Amino acid sequence: MAADKEDEILGKAYDSHLMKRLMGYVKPYNKYIVAAILLNILVAALGPIRPYLTKIAIDDYIVTKNYDGLLFISALLAGSLFLQAIIQFFLTYYTQLMGQKIIYDLRIKLFAHVQKLALRFFDKTPIGRTVTRVTNDVESLNELFSSGIVMVFSDLFIIFWIFLFMFLMAWDLSLVTLSVLPVLIYGTFLFRRKVREAYRDERKHLARLNSYMQEHVSGMSIVQLFTNEKIENEKYAGISGDYRKAKINAVFYYAIFYPVVELLSSIAIALIIWYGGGNILQGTITIGVLVAFLQYTEMFFRPIRDLSEKYNIMQTAMASSERIFKLLDDNTFIKNPETPEKIDVVEGSIEFKNVWFAYNPGEFVLKDVSFKINSGETVAIVGATGAGKTSLINILTRFYDIEKGSICVDGVDIRTIDKRELRHFISIVLQDVFLFSGTIKSNIDLGSPHITEEQVIEAAKTVGAHEFISKLPNLYNEEVKEKGATLSVGQKQLISFARALAYNPQILVLDEATSSIDTETEALIQKAIEKLLTGRTSIVIAHRLSTIQNADKILVMHKGELREIGTHQELLAKRGIYYKLYQLQYKDQEIIKSA
Amino acid sequence: MGSLFYLNKYFKRYKSLIFLGIIFILISNIAQVYIPLLLKDTIDALQNNLSKDLITEYAVLIVLAAIISGIFRFLIRQTIIVVSWKIEYDIRQDFWSHIQRLPLRFFQNNSTGNIMAHATNDISAVRMYVGPAVMYSIDTITKFIIVLAIMISLSASLTFYSLIPLPILSYFVYKLSKKIHKKFTLIQEKFSELTTKAQENFSGIRVIKSYVREQNEVDDFSRLSSDYLKRTMEKVKIQALFMPLLYLITGVSIIVVILVGGNMVINGTFTLGGLAAFISYLGLLIWPTIAFGWVANIIQQADASMKRLHNILNEQYEIEDTSETNNSIESIKGDIEFENVTFQYRDNLPKVLDNITLKIPRGSSMAVIGHTGEGKTTLVNLISRLYDVTGGSIKIDGNPIKTIPLKVLRKEIGSVPQETFLFSDTLANNILYGVKEKDMDLVRKVSSIAKLDKDVESFPNSYETILGERGITLSGGQKQRACLARALAIDPNILILDDSFSAVDTNTEEEILNDLRVFMRGRTSIIISHRISTVKNADNIIVLNEGKIAEQGTHEELVNLGGIYADLHFKQLLEEELKELG
Repeated sequence: MAADKEDEILGKAYDSHLMKRLMGYVKPYNKYIVAAILLNILVAALGPIRPYLTKIAIDDYIVTKNYDGLLFISALLAGSLFLQAIIQFFLTYYTQLMGQKIIYDLRIKLFAHVQKLALRFFDKTPIGRTVTRVTNDVESLNELFSSGIVMVFSDLFIIFWIFLFMFLMAWDLSLVTLSVLPVLIYGTFLFRRKVREAYRDERKHLARLNSYMQEHVSGMSIVQLFTNEKIENEKYAGISGDYRKAKINAVFYYAIFYPVVELLSSIAIALIIWYGGGNILQGTITIGVLVAFLQYTEMFFRPIRDLSEKYNIMQTAMASSERIFKLLDDNTFIKNPETPEKIDVVEGSIEFKNVWFAYNPGEFVLKDVSFKINSGETVAIVGATGAGKTSLINILTRFYDIEKGSICVDGVDIRTIDKRELRHFISIVLQDVFLFSGTIKSNIDLGSPHITEEQVIEAAKTVGAHEFISKLPNLYNEEVKEKGATLSVGQKQLISFARALAYNPQILVLDEATSSIDTETEALIQKAIEKLLTGRTSIVIAHRLSTIQNADKILVMHKGELREIGTHQELLAKRGIYYKLYQLQYKDQEIIKSA
Repeated sequence: MGSLFYLNKYFKRYKSLIFLGIIFILISNIAQVYIPLLLKDTIDALQNNLSKDLITEYAVLIVLAAIISGIFRFLIRQTIIVVSWKIEYDIRQDFWSHIQRLPLRFFQNNSTGNIMAHATNDISAVRMYVGPAVMYSIDTITKFIIVLAIMISLSASLTFYSLIPLPILSYFVYKLSKKIHKKFTLIQEKFSELTTKAQENFSGIRVIKSYVREQNEVDDFSRLSSDYLKRTMEKVKIQALFMPLLYLITGVSIIVVILVGGNMVINGTFTLGGLAAFISYLGLLIWPTIAFGWVANIIQQADASMKRLHNILNEQYEIEDTSETNNSIESIKGDIEFENVTFQYRDNLPKVLDNITLKIPRGSSMAVIGHTGEGKTTLVNLISRLYDVTGGSIKIDGNPIKTIPLKVLRKEIGSVPQETFLFSDTLANNILYGVKEKDMDLVRKVSSIAKLDKDVESFPNSYETILGERGITLSGGQKQRACLARALAIDPNILILDDSFSAVDTNTEEEILNDLRVFMRGRTSIIISHRISTVKNADNIIVLNEGKIAEQGTHEELVNLGGIYADLHFKQLLEEELKELG
């Protein structure tokens, strides 16, 4: 439970600017909102009308001994009851549906927005936080849209109707009865405030308890190695005890509030009896009015209590929407050219001209890199960790834009080509193979409708993945679990090769995996890589001896600079950086190979 | 419902408070139920033109009854609900002290999130049973009995007619809330699918961008969102039924009273006051009736949660002192001996350590080197008994380690684990983690050996600086040195360094190792490393390969041997050269 400061903002309950933006999402459903509010006015009257009907039943029929009239009123009562139930059902259902649709729209929009953000955004934002925005934060708006807006109206109308009926029957008795109202409203708000404080306190202690547990469960071996179980037990008791105290403290407010509300309602009843009773004696009101008033007192307590609860809904919604809008306003994009250059037939030549690049301003990871790759060539990039190999391929597909210099494909600056088109003819196979949950097939075609099943199988066959896939119970439709948990490292790599091949790019960028695999799979992968690289321009961050030996050119990166360039033999003869790297990383493979 | 009996021992602890709570419920209910009776008398008397004074008297009586009921209602929450929080605390405490004794194996088989879920969700589900469920069931039952008795005394037939709808209400609440709960679980599933999708998408964003699959991903996500919407609406449909049904059934009760009761009044067999009282009583019974169905669900959920808690509470401690333990062993000196030690994490898994035999004499240093996953960490974990050997035996000072009291054993072993773990506490408290009293001289001494003292000067509050989220974040090297200081602080006879300098630069490492040499005089040390520079001065170096000792000897001997160690040595020299290159 990482204390994400941004996630703890809990500010005001109403912010007109935020509200305005939120209402923008309601707009498509304006008609429904209006309909819901109108329906609410109607349904709100159906509850309060019943005590009034009861009054008529008592005064006009029971006292006058009219059996038929009583039956008629009872039928009316039942009718209003059923009508209310039916309307209430549909009203609840449709307002919820509307709320759900609004948050659905918002969620998709947010997700689509995140898709467009540049890698820089993902570098600086923890994934968990972005996930929370798209899921939980959007979710907490649900209450605002589905019950918040509409229900506030509903409660207000109910109160309106109750007061209207009461005043119509006996305005002076109404005033006397409602004299408890200020106390109720004041008490409720006081209670809400206290409970909110208590709740905040409680949350604070709960967060402490949770982070204590989280921390100590992950570090349990340290606790045990240092034989600190007893001390930790005491510490835990302290934190857990604070939480208990905060909870018991909150219980106190509830224990006061609910009885006080009940007491207020009894006081209202007593007032009705005392004042209304007197009126009956004087003959100014009837017994029916008295009974109706007794029912009304029960009725108006709930909506007033609820109104204050809406405050909390608003507050959470405002805080969530603030965070959501902040993400929507993030425009870390890689800009697409306004009038992109078209490349009809891609030859696949690449040229880096004095390229400078930095992830953080001023800290250059590539310094003045220049080289040219001819169409159809295979180029290997080698270098120690941190030499700038990965950065080279990151900027080629415009995951990041360079600071200085230029990168051209077929003589055209990549910043003038449509990003999507650029990425269509350059495929990247990453070192950490990423598999999505889905099927083998969906992991090869990535859902593209332009790739047929035949092409998928063909690609799998070419890289040698078909063999293991055909042994799976569901062949290409075999389910792939999250991150490909059920597949071996080698199998995952072959799938990612098949993926690149299925897309048949003019330029292939391959970041070879370093992880060791068994010799059998290794042979398979080596063959697959050969197939992958033939017939197209390829750039490989090489970890395999065979790859560097087969390359047309080797670029030797060292501390952000391109230091040596040439073929394997040429570079070895130079006895420079490459020579050392070779001995360090590749020489062993020679031994294995000859063995 | 069996697993809830387990809670009896907690109930027993607070039996007097619970008993008081039950008495309070009774008193409060009697006072509350008295109010409609007063109403009845007033209304009946009003028809006979009673005096204004009498009305005032009735009104005052109503307020009095309400005050008594209110006070006791306050006391109910202050007893029963408070007890429920106390019991929750007790359960959590028992849960925690149990967890702390479980072996490392448990923590590797259960994710932290999973354990947390039990400690939070399940315990709080159990509390709902202990508090609200108990309170409302007693409240409901007593209120029902009293109200029913009064209603019957007023009119048995009217009671019968008006109460017909209530059992139906209880049943519906029970059924519907169960259904809602079930739907809710389904919704949670969909929601977590949605979360997983987002998580997966954001982690795989490079692949998605490379293959220009953004739109496809948005479509996928929309489909999942729409599934989620559908599932939610299924729940909403049931939920939307809830309130109207509630109104309907209680409303029908009241209409029955008006119609049947009204007829009785017209016939002269019932009074108008009685009618008003009946309407009031129905109002009193509605909430308990709803609560009845609700409580049934809470109990079911609590039962399921209790079962899950039980599973954890029944986990074996595995590694603890037994009858074999020789309590006369009060300290260990540090002669370590492995005899044909074999270890596997589970029966069907390959052996991580295979027939290891070695001696580490007291006062000597031994280094372990080898590739990742060759069993180096496992080897040292066996010495501090984070795991027990599956074959062979380990002896310290000639005693099998299973006979050494666990506390004695671990107190003499200073461990610096591979994964640096520090608590979000002050640096001083972290360093003194294994020491009982606060000794700043000790902190300074061990920090100087670990070469942490220079860094501390730049920390905002020196040694009192808080680490972690609430304070400063240490670099990897600083963390490793702090962990080293923590291990040194307990003044151990055996020091275990598990790849503890990987993030420390070689010069600093050199300095630390020099100081350590002085500190370690007369103590046994085991150093695991990937770096030749770290291990080269050890008295004995072993090379682990596939769980076996592949090579053994001093630095010179191993370099001359020309095997795995010599190869590593050569490569690291090359790496150094490359790094030096401008």
